[in-house]
Formats: sequence, C-alpha cells, structure tokens
Amino acid sequence: MSAVLPAPAQSRLLLSGNDAVARAVWESGVKVAAAYPGTPATEMLEAISSYPDVYAEWSVNEKVSLEVAVGAAYSGSRAFCSMKHVGMNVASDALMTLTLTGVIGGLVIAIADDVGLSSSQNEQDSRYWGRFGHLPIFEPADSQEAYAMTKAAYEISERFQVPVILRLTTRICHVKAMVTVGERVPHAASGFKKDPARWVMTPAGAGKRIPLMFERDAALKAESEASAWNVTEAGSDRRVGFVTSGPAWMHVRESFPNAPVLKLGFSCPVPVEKIRAFAATVDKLVVVEETEPLVETELKAAGVACLGKEILPRQGELAPAVIKPAIAKLLGEPVPAGVIPILPAAQVFPRPPTMCVACPHLGVYYTLSQIKNTFIAGDIGCYTLGAGHPWNALDTTISMGASMGIALGLDKGRAEADKDKRILAVIGDSTFMHMGMQGLLDMVYNGGNVTVMLLDNRAVGMTGGQNNPGNGRDIHGAPAPRIDFAKLVEGLGVKKERIHVVNPYVLPTLFKTIREEIKIPEVSVIITDQPCVLVQDYVKQQPVEVIDDKCTGCGNCVGVGCPAIHVMRREKAIKPSGKEVELQFVQIETAACTGCNLCVQPCAPGAIVPADTTKPLRLIKH
Amino acid sequence: MDNQVTNILVVGIGGQGVMTATEILAEAAIALGQDVKKTEVAGMAQRGGVVSSHLRFGAKVLSPQITPGTADLLLAFESAEALRWCHMLKPGALVLMNTAKLVPPVVNIGLYDYPADPVAEIRKRGFEVRAFDAMDIAMNLGEIKLGNTVMLGAVGDHLPFPAEALLDAIVKRFSARKPALVELNRKAFAAGRAAAASTQAQKEAA
Repeated sequence: MSAVLPAPAQSRLLLSGNDAVARAVWESGVKVAAAYPGTPATEMLEAISSYPDVYAEWSVNEKVSLEVAVGAAYSGSRAFCSMKHVGMNVASDALMTLTLTGVIGGLVIAIADDVGLSSSQNEQDSRYWGRFGHLPIFEPADSQEAYAMTKAAYEISERFQVPVILRLTTRICHVKAMVTVGERVPHAASGFKKDPARWVMTPAGAGKRIPLMFERDAALKAESEASAWNVTEAGSDRRVGFVTSGPAWMHVRESFPNAPVLKLGFSCPVPVEKIRAFAATVDKLVVVEETEPLVETELKAAGVACLGKEILPRQGELAPAVIKPAIAKLLGEPVPAGVIPILPAAQVFPRPPTMCVACPHLGVYYTLSQIKNTFIAGDIGCYTLGAGHPWNALDTTISMGASMGIALGLDKGRAEADKDKRILAVIGDSTFMHMGMQGLLDMVYNGGNVTVMLLDNRAVGMTGGQNNPGNGRDIHGAPAPRIDFAKLVEGLGVKKERIHVVNPYVLPTLFKTIREEIKIPEVSVIITDQPCVLVQDYVKQQPVEVIDDKCTGCGNCVGVGCPAIHVMRREKAIKPSGKEVELQFVQIETAACTGCNLCVQPCAPGAIVPADTTKPLRLIKH
Repeated sequence: MDNQVTNILVVGIGGQGVMTATEILAEAAIALGQDVKKTEVAGMAQRGGVVSSHLRFGAKVLSPQITPGTADLLLAFESAEALRWCHMLKPGALVLMNTAKLVPPVVNIGLYDYPADPVAEIRKRGFEVRAFDAMDIAMNLGEIKLGNTVMLGAVGDHLPFPAEALLDAIVKRFSARKPALVELNRKAFAAGRAAAASTQAQKEAA
C-alpha cells in the first residue's frame, strides 16, 4: 500500500541499520518476511513492508513469524524473520529443530540485542543461539555492513542449507550511517519437495539428522577460518591486539587507531586458528565483545591466552569511555585526557517515559490505584508504566503474557496472610494475542480466582502503534479480519456473565465493575475498548481547563497521572482533623489536552471545565 | 589525534523533534560530502522521556557515540536537559538552549525539584550559554512545531559550514514533504539565528 519506488542502485543513502537490512532483504529477492514488533528490531519489517515484491506480515508472536519464514524457506523461497533478543526465547522451540532440517531457500533471522537496556526487560546475548543451535552468525558493525552481511548471509544460508543469524544491537539498528545500495536480484523458488525424512522430525528422523548437523559445523568452521569477513587489520602498536565484533569494533578502532585488530564479522563458529595466529603477533590479546564472554571462553578453552571480562564489563556497551581507561590500566598508563568526563554529570531529576496525555490506560491505573488489598500481575507494554508514579498499581513484570500464569500462581500459592488479597492481571491486546491466550485458558481450566484487565487499545502501542489482529488492519493498513476479544475469551471458557466490555474513560463504571468482579472467586475478564491516542482511531475532543479560583488544591486530578496536568503552586494546610496536608493548585496545558475528561471526574470542587475556545491554547513551560 | 570529526549533541524530550532536527543537521553535512553517523538513546518508544541524539561528521567517522567531555556543541530543546547533558561537552564549549522548562509528572507530583536556574548552573560549569525561548518564538510565528526549526536556526552560525547549507537542508526536506511550510520555516530559521546572535550581543554588552 505504502510502497514507494526504491532508491536506484549505487545511491548513497543515510540509513539506519534496520533500514539497511530491509534494503538488502529486498535486493536479495526475499519472498516472505515476518516479524512481531519489538524495540530495537521493529523498523526492519516496517521498512520491508514499504518495498514492492515482498510479502510482509506482522505475526502474532515471534515463534509464528519464524515458522512462517521457515515454511517459505522449505518451499525454496528466500525468507526473512526479525525480532528483538527476547523474541528468540519465544521462537526458539522452532529454531532448535529447524537446525536439524535446515532450509532450501535462504533464511536469515535478524536478532536485535538491546545492549544497554534502552527498552527491554533483560540484556541477554543472542550469540548464544549460534552455539546452542549450531548456527552461523554474522555481526555487522554499522549500516553498510548490516546491508552487505545480510546479502552474504543469504549466500551462506543456501550454500550450507542452514538458517543464518544476523546479530544486531541497538547501536546498529538505530544508528544512521551512509550506505551505498545495489541492484535487486530476483530469486526463483525451487518449490516444496516432499521429503519426510528431512521435513518430519520424528525421533528416528531427527536422530539421523544430528550427525549431518555436526558435519555442517565442521564445514562452517572451515568457512569461518577462511572468511573475508574475519579480517586482520595491521597496527604498529603491538602491545595489545584486539579481537572484537559488532559495534565494539568501531569503538576499538576509534580508541586505538594504531593497534592490530582482528575483526570478527562471521563470528560463529569462532575462527580459533586465525585468532591463534593473530595472537602470536601481539604482546597481549584482548577480546572486546558485547556482552557475554563467548569468544573469550572459546579461545581460553582452545589454549589461546587472552584477556576479556577480567578487565571489561559484562554489562552494557563497550564505548570508548569504557575501553580506553581499561586498556590504559592494563598497560599501567595514566588514563588519556578527554576520556574521563571533565565534569561529573549534574544531578537532575529523572525523566522516565510517561503515559501519553489522555491515554486510555490512565483511567485503568487511576482506578486500580484507588482499590486496596490487591496483587496486580503486569505484562509487557505501555501499561508496564503503571508500576510507576503516581499509580504504583502493578506488582510484577517478566515476559510477554506472563501476567496470566503469574496471577494464577499468586492465587494458588498465596500465603495465609494473603488469603483476602484480590489478584488481578493486566495485559494489553497485542500481548494477549502474542502469548496471553494460553495463560488465560490455563487459568480457566484450573479454576483460578483472578480478575483479568484486558486493555484493548487497538495497537501495539509501545513500539509505535503497529497494527495487529485486534484492529482490523494489516501491516500495510489494509482491511484485515478483526478479532472480537469478548468472543475470544468466551471461547477460552470464561463465563459470559464474567466478561465486561467497559469504556476506561468512564471512571464510575470502571470502578464499579472492577470492585464487583474482584469479589467473585472465579476468572473474570474486563475488556477496555478505547484506542491508543497515537493511532488513527483516536478522536480528539475539546480541551478542558481549570477555573483558578475554584481549584481547592485537593490534588485528586494529579493522581490521574496525565502529563497535561501541571502543579503551579503548593501550599501547606492543616485539615480539621489536625493533619498537615500539601495542597496542589493545578493548571491544564490546553495545547496538549485532548479532552478525555478523566481529570474532570475526580475533581471535587468541579473546577475543571471545557476550555474557552475563543482563547489561544495554553502552553505550560514554567 | 582528535582528528577533524565534529561532535554535536542534540537533547530534549520525546515528542519535541530532537531526532528530526539531528537528521536535518546530518543531511546538511552529507550534502557537503561528509561521512556522517547519528545515534540516539531514546529510551522506550514513548513520549516524554529523555532523548539525546549524537551527530558526528567528518572525513571518516568510526564510533557513532560521542565520548563524554568531547562534544563540540550542545543544542538543548529544554532547560533541565541542557544541564543534564552539559558534562558531555569539551571544556568551555557552547550551549545553545531553549529556556522553556518542561516539567515532567515526577516533578508535578512532588517527588523531585526542577533545577531553579539551569542557565546559571551551566555557566557555573564554565560553559558558554546562549539561551532563548524557542517556544515563544515559534508561537509568535503561529505554530509551536516551528520550535524545531528555530533551534536549527540558532545553531546555524556555530557549525563548521555556513548556516545556508543547513537552511538548504531544511528547505529541501520541506519542499519534498510540505511545500506550503517552506516559507514559514525560513522565517523560523532566521528567527532562531537572530535569537542566538542577540543573546551573544546581550552578553557582550553586559
């Protein structure tokens, strides 16, 4: 739908790593590309969907996306699948047997590690999958390499009939750099050939494929040892030689322009003999890898003396500010000037991401914050922010869909002291379809006492409002079948009278519904049905404003947590009971307000009214 | 050693257009034949969080990240963010900043204080500051979204290339996407440029 004419070959473009991969996928003649959104990987599929000639889909989760890509590769088509690091945990069930069947058409799986935790619940190192799954890994260091290695990965994938992992990090995906692009070469599918011994992995069949996997390991090892992607860069200062990969290579080059470097582009299997020969040319060998000591451990096991995590951190990015002091210390030198910040950073309040002005989740969290004696299992999405201020209304988050099982476990495992606690689970529409449905089924089947809040905002909100089966639009925005959540949960066994669809902007109804359902000792599902304010379905209303002399400073509206509400003045006051309270006199930024009316409802003195439309919109900048 | 790479740090909060502004700066440098790398730490893909965007350009750029203490220039779309990031600058370097204070919910609900005078605190650290109200300038031109171009105008005279090259990049971008807004953006650029120059004049007069 949104396809534009791709830039001509030889164009030099400023592309993010994600955009560069997308261009290479298109040039490689890929027929099928599938993914579930996840930062920092999301833009790969978004960009691919803008190219002609490629079938692109948002899948409901990473496992399904990988399986779609595998089916296409079995048919002899080239296929692509991308995900964030934790997505591969979900997809790994398919991956670990896929490595036995291998593929016919080239299959590249791009996994984006969030080194530095900009937007993730952990920092796992996806290079482990190469070891665990006996799969080759490419590690680009910038956008140009992300482009070139994606193309090279298709060649390797088809030559060895093996899926290839393209390991990216946030500092590849979201860095924009210059890329010279090339021509698209169409790829013709050879067609699916029935071959049960290869494609039907029974124990007997799989047992025969395992030795073939080991043979492939040996062939890939030889390929890696000879690969031009693993290149030695000469240097005059031989006191320290570096083995490095990915963005860490850039940082090493920047920090030590005269040092010998062995850059690993085809980094798994590790070219141990090439590194052994390199090690013989330098005084000390240092492995600079993000994040776990994988290459280092394999080198040490092979008897190649090296240093790594003894002197470098196992967490976060290995930027020049980290590696320069570590190497200076190793060499017994003073830390070079300009490396340590000249000044310590100023102490400034934290500014975490917030829920948007008028977000429908505000009503839910305001209400949950008013209900005491609860345990609330949360999930992955914008609504994870409900754990923060001012709501403090979310008690757990670990993985996609986990709110369901954790809530059931909190119920079944409750201590005597917690016997009167009400257990709730909060999950978004997309996360529910990703991995929550099974948990709800389990909860129903096993007689849980949990109230589920299913926050349907008709988008994958946190990653930028991508479409999903809940909003009736496909990846291109074209009409697609739309799931009915009330029917879906009824189909999973929730009693019809325990299912409520409520408008999260109508606080009395929402409050009453939650209060009633948490008292009933069975599974209830309360579905909220208003769209994310960042997607096209959202309709702005007339802003509201505060009548100054009516505001009593009660602060009730501040508890909603809307960023358009500003406290302009604070005063101490003594209540009739003798208790000292802080009054908060507020104003509303009418330039930001979209009139959701959430703050109007708890306002005790009725001081919040529709804004005077004859006045200019107000911007509050203190 | 520190070769000819220029390091510009652009900071603000999510939704202000920091990344777009940096991209336009990058486009100007590319048009002049420079190698360019641009990287962000934008946190979760949500509004209202801290955004810092690193732009490096020169004959050849390796690491996309600016090492603390080596930035040549800080362009700050928000006052407290200017203070938060000024340690990234070289000693005595220039801070071009919007004086607007955008207060987050954690300050509104009373958990933290907003710094009383970010400009003074930055100056105390030895940096040169040119501060102006980019939001007011934009509103006076009739559109708050012009704040982005006002900020770019302010940086125009402090780059290793002529301000006109940056203006060309802005005009090119709007000509392709929103041609009706080209003239307004020219005005916003000029206003930003004048604001940064007049704060200099004030300082010299003082």
